[in-house]
Parts: sequence; structure tokens; C-alpha cells
Amino acid sequence: MKRFLTVLMLLGIFLAVMYGIACAAGEAPAAGLDSSVKQMAALAAGLGLGIAAAGGGIGQGRGLAAALEGIARNPGASGKVLTPMLIGLAMIESLVIYSLVISFILIGKL
Amino acid sequence: MEHEGFTWVSLIPFLKNLPPHVSNGIFVSVIVLIAALIGYVQLKKAGDDIVPAGKLTFRNFAELIVETLSNLVTTNMGPRGKEFTLLVGTLALFILFNNISALVPGFMPATSNVNTTFACSLTVFVMTHYYGVREHGIKYLKQFMGPLVWLAPIMIPIEVIGHLARPVSLGLRLFGNMFGDHMVTAMAIGFVPFIFPLTAWVLGCLVALVQTFVFMLLSMAYFAGAISHEEH
Repeated sequence: MKRFLTVLMLLGIFLAVMYGIACAAGEAPAAGLDSSVKQMAALAAGLGLGIAAAGGGIGQGRGLAAALEGIARNPGASGKVLTPMLIGLAMIESLVIYSLVISFILIGKL
Repeated sequence: MEHEGFTWVSLIPFLKNLPPHVSNGIFVSVIVLIAALIGYVQLKKAGDDIVPAGKLTFRNFAELIVETLSNLVTTNMGPRGKEFTLLVGTLALFILFNNISALVPGFMPATSNVNTTFACSLTVFVMTHYYGVREHGIKYLKQFMGPLVWLAPIMIPIEVIGHLARPVSLGLRLFGNMFGDHMVTAMAIGFVPFIFPLTAWVLGCLVALVQTFVFMLLSMAYFAGAISHEEH
């Protein structure tokens, strides 16, 4: 059973490497978009990220303020407060990152 | 979105034909493997020493890393966490070393490409369902039906969408953080090449650690949710 799984894994790695080499060898060219579509795409990329950053900034600011108040009340618990605060900040930041990814995709299509 | 630049790995003749994130990922994995092998050999040589050495040897460093990961897993998952230390620890080390390799100029981190991050998150997704089925049998599907039986037609689509959103969010979060950080560092260097990129690098250090930590925590939360037993 262990041997079968090992052989299967090596076969999968081999296939993936071959696929990677084949993909890197031939790249397909992309067609250009209409000029007015490009204008709106550029506008969307900039404004979308701006709005996302504003919302993310407000959310993270509130979370950080609550964590700092907790640390100020009880300085000994700073380690226990810091860990959930970091997790919460990363969660809120991930929403901004989703918008950033869309902006990158739009800029790539410009 | 292609970020073609010079990488050290493109000097190795065998890996030159692969896409850059694959070859860099292989390179970093080999480094982690060598470190793990050295740690293993030193642990075998030490035998049953309980008292650690005085100085910071490689063995102390390796023990520090492994104990931190193990404590993290057992703290968050309870006493059954030991089974998951292998998977979660491996993912954490892989992602951590790849993230940190982004700070060294000349490396393109494997996690700044969608493929690597989605591979990691799909692994976690498949393993949650595997652990759930291994733990509960076919009654694992009862988790999708919600608390009351007659709510099932509403709960099942919601739960399925929620479950499908997990690997997407895990992969996108890691990819977005790493790729955006790489872009910001590149732009900072192109903009004012003197002292200003230091802020980008400090941010990069912090983001690398925090993103690894968040990925680990979310994976453990999903595993714990899959193997949890209903308690009333």
C-alpha cells in the first residue's frame, strides 16, 4: 500500500513537471480590448481599491483601538490580546486583498 | 501580470525550463529538506539528552521551531492535535520559507503565484473532508444539514457555498498578500532606491510571518470543525 502510494505520488510529480515544461514552452498571445472598455477598466481598478482600502482601514482601526484599550487596562494580558488581534487584522485585510487581486487582473487587461 | 526578472535559480541548468515559481519552489523545498535532514541526523547523534546545549546550536534552533509548531497545534486543537501536527507543520514551514525567500533579491517566491497557494489550500480542503469522513463515517454529511431537520433544504446550499469559499479564500489571501508585497517592494526600489525600500522590506517580514500564522490557524480551525462531535 505504501509502495503504491509512493509510485502514485512520483507519477503525479512527473506528470506535473512535464505539463509545466509544455506550458512554459508555448504561450498564447492575448487580444486587445476596446478603448472605451480600457478607460472604464482603469477607472475601476483605481477606485475599487480605494474604496476597499477605506473600508478596511476603518475596520482595522476599530479592532486595533479595542485591542489597545484592552492592553491599557491590563498590561499583563498583552500577549493574549495580541494574538487574536493579529488574526482579526489579517482577516479584515484579506477583504482588501481580494479587491487588490481584481485590480491586478484589470490592470493586466489594460 | 507576469513578473519576469532575473532569478538565481535560472542559473541551474536542470530547472531553467520550468516556470519561475515552480523552480523557485523546488529550490526552497530542497533547502528545507536539507535543514530537516541535518536536524534529524543531529537528533540521532544526541540520543536521549534532556538538558539542551548552552549555545545556540542547530539542534536548539530546530527544536525551537518544532516545539513552537507543536504547541501551536495542540493549543488550538485540543488533545487530538498531535495527528495534525505533520500536515499543518509541513504546510507552515513550506509557506514560511517561501514567503521569506521573497525578501532576498533574486528569488521569486513560489507563493506569489496563484498555483502554489491554491495547491496548499486545496490540500487543506481535501484533507478536512477526508478527516471528517474518517472520523464520522457517512454521518459526516449530517453536518451540512444544520441543527434542525426541516431546515435542511435551506442549510445545504448555504453550507456547500461556505465550504467551497474556504479554499478560495485561503488561497487568494496568501496569493494576494505575497504578490502585492512583491509588487510594492519592486515599485519602492524603482521609485527611490536609497532608504525608502527599507519600509517595504520590514512590512514584508511582518506579512510573511503573519500570513503563515493565519493560514495555519484557519487550517486548524477547519480540521477541528470537521472532527468535532456535537455536544449539547
